[in-house]
Order: sequence, then structure tokens, then C-alpha cells
Amino acid sequence: MKKSAVIKKICFYVVFILLLLLFLYPFYLVLLNSLKTNKEVILDSLALPQALNFEGYQKAFEKMNYLQSFGNSLIVTSLSIFLLVIIAAMCAYLFARKNWKINNIIFMVMVASMIIPFQTIMIPIVKNFSAFDLTDNLFAVVFFYLGAHVSLAVFMYHGFIKNIPYELEEAARIDGCGQLGILFRIIFPMLKPITSTIVILDVLAIWNDFLLPFILLYKNSLKTLPLMTYSFVGQYSTDYSLVTAGLVLTILPIIILYLFLQKQIIEGVSQGAIK
Amino acid sequence: MKSSKIKNVVSFLVFAGPAVTVFFLVIILAFINGIQLTFTDWNGLSDTYQYIGFRNYADAFADTAFWTSLLRTFQYVVCVVVFTNIIAFLIAYFLTRGYKGQGFFRVAFFTPNLIGGVILGIVWKFVFSEVFVQLGRKYEIGIFQSNWLSSPDTAFLALVVVAVWQLAGYLMLIYMAGIISVPKDVLEAAKLDGAVGFRGIRHIVLPLIMPSITIATFMSVKTAFMAYDVNLSLTNGGPFQSTELVAMRVYNKAFQAEQYGVGQTEALILFVIVAVISIIQVSITKKREVEA
Repeated sequence: MKKSAVIKKICFYVVFILLLLLFLYPFYLVLLNSLKTNKEVILDSLALPQALNFEGYQKAFEKMNYLQSFGNSLIVTSLSIFLLVIIAAMCAYLFARKNWKINNIIFMVMVASMIIPFQTIMIPIVKNFSAFDLTDNLFAVVFFYLGAHVSLAVFMYHGFIKNIPYELEEAARIDGCGQLGILFRIIFPMLKPITSTIVILDVLAIWNDFLLPFILLYKNSLKTLPLMTYSFVGQYSTDYSLVTAGLVLTILPIIILYLFLQKQIIEGVSQGAIK
Repeated sequence: MKSSKIKNVVSFLVFAGPAVTVFFLVIILAFINGIQLTFTDWNGLSDTYQYIGFRNYADAFADTAFWTSLLRTFQYVVCVVVFTNIIAFLIAYFLTRGYKGQGFFRVAFFTPNLIGGVILGIVWKFVFSEVFVQLGRKYEIGIFQSNWLSSPDTAFLALVVVAVWQLAGYLMLIYMAGIISVPKDVLEAAKLDGAVGFRGIRHIVLPLIMPSITIATFMSVKTAFMAYDVNLSLTNGGPFQSTELVAMRVYNKAFQAEQYGVGQTEALILFVIVAVISIIQVSITKKREVEA
């Protein structure tokens, strides 16, 4: 009995360490080769660098217009998330508290709309946004994300608010608090767990989104990080030292964030999946 | 009575107004416009277009490239959904048994999901076309001696490998949440009745985590059907359009061939197919859900 438990344990670690290598090795290869010259990469991509070479980083940083594309991604993501959380919480609060016909109908339409794949609305989006001269405009991209992500956020908030007892609001109402005051002073702080789930899921989705900015942003100065990385790699596809350095620059900020927030991120995604 | 009605309208506008407005302007308007576009000859540039009846539908049904790519997408979806779910479940199963370091493994396996598909595609393109080829030549490993991305079958396989590699970590979290919520005493009782190992998984664990299976299959089906990013940066549909999945086909039809009407029609057909499959899948797996 005891012996078989030990064998099981050994098997577990052997298999899972192999799996770990499989999952993380590609990232290691990118990091390793980003520190070599292109010649070294082509000669032997598994060998350690003869001397640390940061030239790729310097060049990639410049050519990718790194600070600007990083800034663009940051503006789009943070503004979208900030507005999304506010409008979704307000809408869900009304829908959860007032059992009006129109609320129920819109809520049902929102839930049903979540099955629509992006490809189905992609062409009309380009058409409508061009018609109002909204291409090459970061705020238009934010506007799209609000519309595209609001139904899931409303849905998640709605389920959560339904479980908050109504009596809590009564006391505040007697104290003369208005509806907006009640929502933001009393309800909103209680929504913290679900808010962090929504923020995490949507930050990942928006920060990494490619296709929408790809069809709406053309100017280099407005490109988001994934977009810029893609066109950069397209230009220098044969210079592996440069390509891998560019990849590290793109991946690194997320990994650093992950190191600090791993618990919250894993928890948030797990919660989001159950809902 | 009247003033309370006005009050209601005001609070609707204040609370739901912004969310409902952006939702309708972005999603609903585009969806309706999308249906309308399938009956026009819009060329992507001009403000005017003609209504041409069902000609786009006739063109879409006659477009063999679209149906070939749809068939390929079906194969891709089946491979990705089956492998990802099995691997994710097995990982989740062993990571909930109380071994030391399981939290670390969980964090590590999820990592690919933090990074966008286009970036992952570029990473793997480097691995497939440079690292593996060098390895294959150096150690004379048969399957790596030629670049996987340069022949149709192996390029397709490469797409599946990357998708499974990425998605498994996500589904793992869903399955872990499901397995953790199975009551301990049920498992103990099953053990006493002799349901251990594989039999325990099949007769006790799987039926009890049916809700997780519903969500995980739904997610993987939808993700696999919509796959575009990795497809673009890993194979770009090549070699010779052999790995062009349907999402990319629709994009190319519209934006490269500039046949927006036909492209949109094909996108709508894709929507109907995905919706029907999702509904069937959810209703089948939901039926098998049991109470602990």
C-alpha cells in the first residue's frame, strides 16, 4: 500500500515535469534566442549565447515604436475596462431590481447575442465605422469593446446583484440616499469579487485582441501592441534575433503582471468559467 | 401615477441607457446590417449599393473554397475539442489529488492563455520552422527533418498542436473547479464500493462534473470554430491554402477578394452552423447532468 503510493507520486512528478517543459519550453526558446546574434540562432538555436547580445532588443524597441504601441494598448484597455464596469454595473442593477418588461426583453437579447461570432459582424462593423469616419481612432475601438463586452458583464453582475438582499438598500433609502448613491456607495463595493473577475477576463481579451484593431487601425502611430508586433515580425521575419527580441518585449509585461497577480487571475478566470 | 412613470423612464435612461445604447449601436446594428448586406452588391468602398436578391447566397453555395475550408474546420474542431478536453481533464484530475506543487503547475499551464493568439503563432512558427528543423537534422529525428509548416498535413497538425497547447490550460481551470466541488464523502463511498482508478473516473467523477463538461466543450467548440489569430501568424492558410480555416476564408473573401456580399453571406452561414451545433451540444450534455 505504502510502496504503491510512492510509485504513484514519482510517476506524477515525472509526467508533470515533462508536461511543464512542454508548456513553457517555447517561451524559453524565444528568450534564449533573443539574446543571441542571428548567426548564432541559425547555427544552433538550442545553444547558449556566446555573449549576451542586446542589440535585437534595442532595434526591436525602436522599430516597434514600443512605447507608443504599448501606450495605445494601455489607453484602449484601461479606458474600455473603466467605462465597461460602470455602465454594466448600472445596467445590471436596474435589470436586477426592476422587473419591467423592457428590462427583461433587453436582458434576453443581450444573453442571446453572446453566441454571435465576431466574423459575422466584422464586415458591417468596418462599413459602419468607416461611414462615420471612425477608423484610425482609438476611441472608436474603445466604443466597439464597450458594445462587444457589455452583455457578458451585465449578465455576470445581474446574477450577483440578484443575491444581494434588498433590505440593505432600504436603510440607505431611509437615510435619504438616491438611487445612484445606493448603487455606488452600497452595492458597488459588495460587487468586488465579480468586478475583479470581469476586469481580469476583459483585460486579457482586450489587451490581446488582434482582429478588431487590425480592421480599424491602419496608422502605425495608432497600432496596439499585438498589431505592431505582427507587422514588425512580417517585416523582419528572417532576422530571428530581432523577431525573438520583439516577442519578448511583447510578452514580458503580461508575464510580470502574472507573477504579481497569479492568484487573482487564476481565481478570476475559474470564477468566470463557472458563471 | 404619471410622475412615477416619468421617474421610471428617467431611471431607465440613466441606469441602462449607456449600456443599452453601445450594445445596440455596436452589436445589434451590425448584426442587422450584416443580414441586409447579404442581399447587396456592396463593394467595400462606395456609399451606394444595389439589392441583388439571393445572388450572394447562390455564389456562397457554389464557392467550393468555402466548403473545403468549412470541412477542414470541422476536422480541426473535432481534433482540438477532443484532445483539449481529454488532456485538460486528466491534468485537472491529477492536480486535485493533493500533491505538493499543484498550485505551481496550475499557474504554469495557464500561462499560454495570457498571450494573444497572433503572438503565440509567431512563437511556434519559430519553433516549428527553425528549432525543430535544426533538431531533426542534428539528431536525425525523422518527423522533424522537414519543416512542418511547409506541407499540408503536418501544417494542419501544427495548428492543432498549438491550439491544444493553449486551450488545455484554460479548460483545466474549468475542470478543476468542477472536480473540487464534488463532495469528498461521495468519493470515499465510491472507493469503498470498489470504484477506484479508471472505473472511479468513469462512473463517479465524470457524471458528477457534467456541468463542467458542458461549459468546457461549449467553450472549446466556439473557440475552435472562430480560430483566426494562430491560423494567420502560424501558417497564414498555407501551404497553398491547405490550412485556411473558415474564419480566415471569410476574412479573405471580403477584404482581399473584395467580395463583401459573398463574404458576409458565408459569415452568416458560419453563424447559423455554430449556433445550431452549440445548441445541440449544450442540450445533449445538459441532459446528462446529475445531482450528487
